[in-house]
Amino acid sequence: MSSIDTSKVATSNRTDAATASKPGRAGSLATWADDRLGLASAMKKNLRKVFPDHWSFMLGEIALWSFVVLLLTGVFLTLWFNPSMGHITYEGSYDQLRGVGMSESMASTLHISFDVRGGLLMRQMHHWAASIFVASMMVHLLRVAFTGAYRKPRELNWVIGCLLLLLGTLEGFTGYSLPDDLLSGTGVRAADGFLKATPVVGTYMSFLLFGGEFPGESIIPRLYIIHVLLIPGILLALIAAHMLLLVYHKHTQWPGPGRTEQNVVGYPMLPVYAAKAGGFFFMVFGVIAIMGGLMSINPVWKFGPYDPTKVTAGSQPDWYMGWPDGLLRIIPTGWESVIFGYTISWNVMLPILILPPLMLVILMLLPFIEGWITGDKRDHHLLQRPRNAPTRTAVMVALMTFYGLAWAAGGNDIIAIRLDLSINQITYFMRVAIFLGPILAFWITRRWCISLQRHDNEKLLHGYETGVITRSPEGAYAERHLPINPTSAYTLTARDRDEVYTVGSDTDAAGVDAPNSRSEKLRAKLSSWMYSHNVQKPTRAELEEAHHHAEHEAELQAGLDHPVDGHQFDDHRLRDTTDVPLRD
Amino acid sequence: MSNDNTPSPYESHVPSHREAEPIPDPGLPAHTWRPTDVDPKAEKRAERQIAAMFVAAMVFAVLFVVAYFSFEIGDSWDTFGGLGASTVTLGLTLGMSLLLIGTGIIQLARKLMADAEMVEMRHPAASPPEDREATIQALNDGLDEAGIGRRPLVRNTMLGAVGVLGLPAVVLLRDLAPGNALDINKLAHTIWEPGMRLVRDVVGTPILASEVEMGDLINAAPEAMFPSEENGYPELEGAEEQAEKAKGAIIIVRMDPSELTEATQPDKWTVDGIICYSKICTHVGCPISLYERTTHHVLCPCHQSTFDLADGAKVVFGPAARALPQLPIAVDEEGYLVAQSDFTEPIGASFWEREKL
Repeated sequence: MSSIDTSKVATSNRTDAATASKPGRAGSLATWADDRLGLASAMKKNLRKVFPDHWSFMLGEIALWSFVVLLLTGVFLTLWFNPSMGHITYEGSYDQLRGVGMSESMASTLHISFDVRGGLLMRQMHHWAASIFVASMMVHLLRVAFTGAYRKPRELNWVIGCLLLLLGTLEGFTGYSLPDDLLSGTGVRAADGFLKATPVVGTYMSFLLFGGEFPGESIIPRLYIIHVLLIPGILLALIAAHMLLLVYHKHTQWPGPGRTEQNVVGYPMLPVYAAKAGGFFFMVFGVIAIMGGLMSINPVWKFGPYDPTKVTAGSQPDWYMGWPDGLLRIIPTGWESVIFGYTISWNVMLPILILPPLMLVILMLLPFIEGWITGDKRDHHLLQRPRNAPTRTAVMVALMTFYGLAWAAGGNDIIAIRLDLSINQITYFMRVAIFLGPILAFWITRRWCISLQRHDNEKLLHGYETGVITRSPEGAYAERHLPINPTSAYTLTARDRDEVYTVGSDTDAAGVDAPNSRSEKLRAKLSSWMYSHNVQKPTRAELEEAHHHAEHEAELQAGLDHPVDGHQFDDHRLRDTTDVPLRD
Repeated sequence: MSNDNTPSPYESHVPSHREAEPIPDPGLPAHTWRPTDVDPKAEKRAERQIAAMFVAAMVFAVLFVVAYFSFEIGDSWDTFGGLGASTVTLGLTLGMSLLLIGTGIIQLARKLMADAEMVEMRHPAASPPEDREATIQALNDGLDEAGIGRRPLVRNTMLGAVGVLGLPAVVLLRDLAPGNALDINKLAHTIWEPGMRLVRDVVGTPILASEVEMGDLINAAPEAMFPSEENGYPELEGAEEQAEKAKGAIIIVRMDPSELTEATQPDKWTVDGIICYSKICTHVGCPISLYERTTHHVLCPCHQSTFDLADGAKVVFGPAARALPQLPIAVDEEGYLVAQSDFTEPIGASFWEREKL
């Protein structure tokens, strides 16, 4: 194209002439949009942005997509739901409650369930999606923590994630309280008790929230607007920030051949990652739809309308509220004091108002505490196997154990009935286990991780166990080891050496100690506690020495009648190819 | 580790002992071709497979519409395992349609889209130093031009004005509980008054002392919750009715008078071994309900606080701290159980001002 037909050049105030060739329909639309939005510059890089692949990176995606399902099904439900505590007599299709007085919110929930086609499906999908939303956030959180993905530069995204978990939990509570059925009303009354246990302002907080004395006629409409506008708005904003930071930092990846701190290896957003993520949205949506169709959840018609004088045995909040409820149950009798005539309910404050927020704060601070102890100011994009950070892994398992025991305590009545145990004994047990369990879990996990590190080093230095036993001429038995393949070996060594922080290493150029040496001493102590037991990867010299030794052994056996590598009868030769990166 | 005060993310990626890395990085493995890349037959097969999923998804979407119009809801809500035919079929068809679209797209990505891994270089999260300096410069210039720092009077009064604006914001919330709805003294009283009959909580019939069987637990309510022309109590409505219902609920039990301890004031507050307590747990306010007649313990199903009804409903187990308030009762001339007075202390969950009311 040496000459341009200028008659076809459009008038343009840009420095270059508009293209003369006739664009396709999509092209002309893109041009139209870019002339106004200038998106091409931003899209140029991001359309082919690389995302690394690993099954565990999908957990956060489940949370994201179940949130989208929540928005879709939630909007459907609002078309019929009437968040009013006005008293009416139910006259709908569900015969067992016909003629019974209840609030309009309960009646409209029954209407959605029994008189709107697809209504019960959407209600159940909404509730299942909420459970999956919270559960997948928790598992995603564990994945991020166990792999050290929360280290610099991702600490703030970790904090945002913790806030999302908190908000998701509150969103769940406000949501399942809306039908005003007997079970959720009992939960709201307990929440009123929690508010009243707040020192100084608690009684007024309760009266203001309920519009007067419990139960009032305001709580359902107020929870409704919190549930459909306030919290979802904040959730959306935080999810957007979470995703933007993810894109900005680029996703972490597992170490392996060619995968370093400086790069990210994977499939481009367009087409592969977009297709996989988009397809996965449909799968999450589909699974929730099938669950909503086949699995009953929150059958409020069986509980009946709320009546402040009634309760059913086995009243349980939704599962994610179970652990504070469990802490509430195992507080010993009588923890209440009256000081200067004012009542302080430690029995409620401690398990509800103090411990859960404290847990959240501890969780949010984890990357900062770890960063301070290690003194590590580098950016980290390669993930760690849980075993290679034994103390962190053990801390997380200890926190999980605390959570799990508290959660189990929240079901102490169910456990007592199902297992025919004494509820008192379960409770006494939990009062002790909640302290000892996490300590025990910490200790076991850390030793376990360190053993696994040793095992990795064994594999690097002496190879893996072939299962072939040889007898030497002297009659000694030994198991034959063979070297693991180079890819696996590299991947096992692709991790940093831990360095215990010592006081004095942090001196300035003139050799003067940093001014806050007391905190530095604490830091050194914690660093030693964190790292000193860890097993470090072998050095090159150690590896060479070990391999030299192995070669020598092989030479000695070369004269045997039947030199065996131990793999005549299995498929190790087939499986130990380089494209299988790592296998234990 | 060397702790430099101006960390350069680029350099610090490189471990200080890189030369000592035990095994050198073998680099990215070579790309391997999939059957669908090299075998046209396999490729065609994958295409057909994926298209079949999409077609099946369409079929299920149509079946969804068919199910929507063919299955009645309402009366037949529990056709399949407690769930209606409509809910089950709608869920299954919608779910299958979505799942097939999802698996189709993912299969497309895995089998037919290019599967060569790409490498992208990372950039430090931090801005380049010159950008930082320029930003700080711009910030300082801006603040300097604003002159806020030089004029503390203006700065402080401005901050003060914005801060005081919090007052209207907070005060505006006062009418969340308008007027005397915010009167917390209501927590100290219930609807019980001297001479008010104890009635059964569902039907509202008064209870003859002689009708109460040994070992029974009766859920009861104040007669004022069942107003009639006969008893002359005023109609209660809405929030007031709910609040009085929530506070006035009681339990009545009868046991051998010899079992009652002094804490129950058997001579003053009970009638022939009939004793009455608030039904509202002193922990967080659930209605208690599970009575074990042999031990005369009552258990709150929410958090398992257990009260000994023979011993002034003292807490014998669980997180509650206080006994259930006792309602002093007597019999009227017709032999019905009546209250001697209101409760002598606030019922239900503890609150800050409890002892002051």
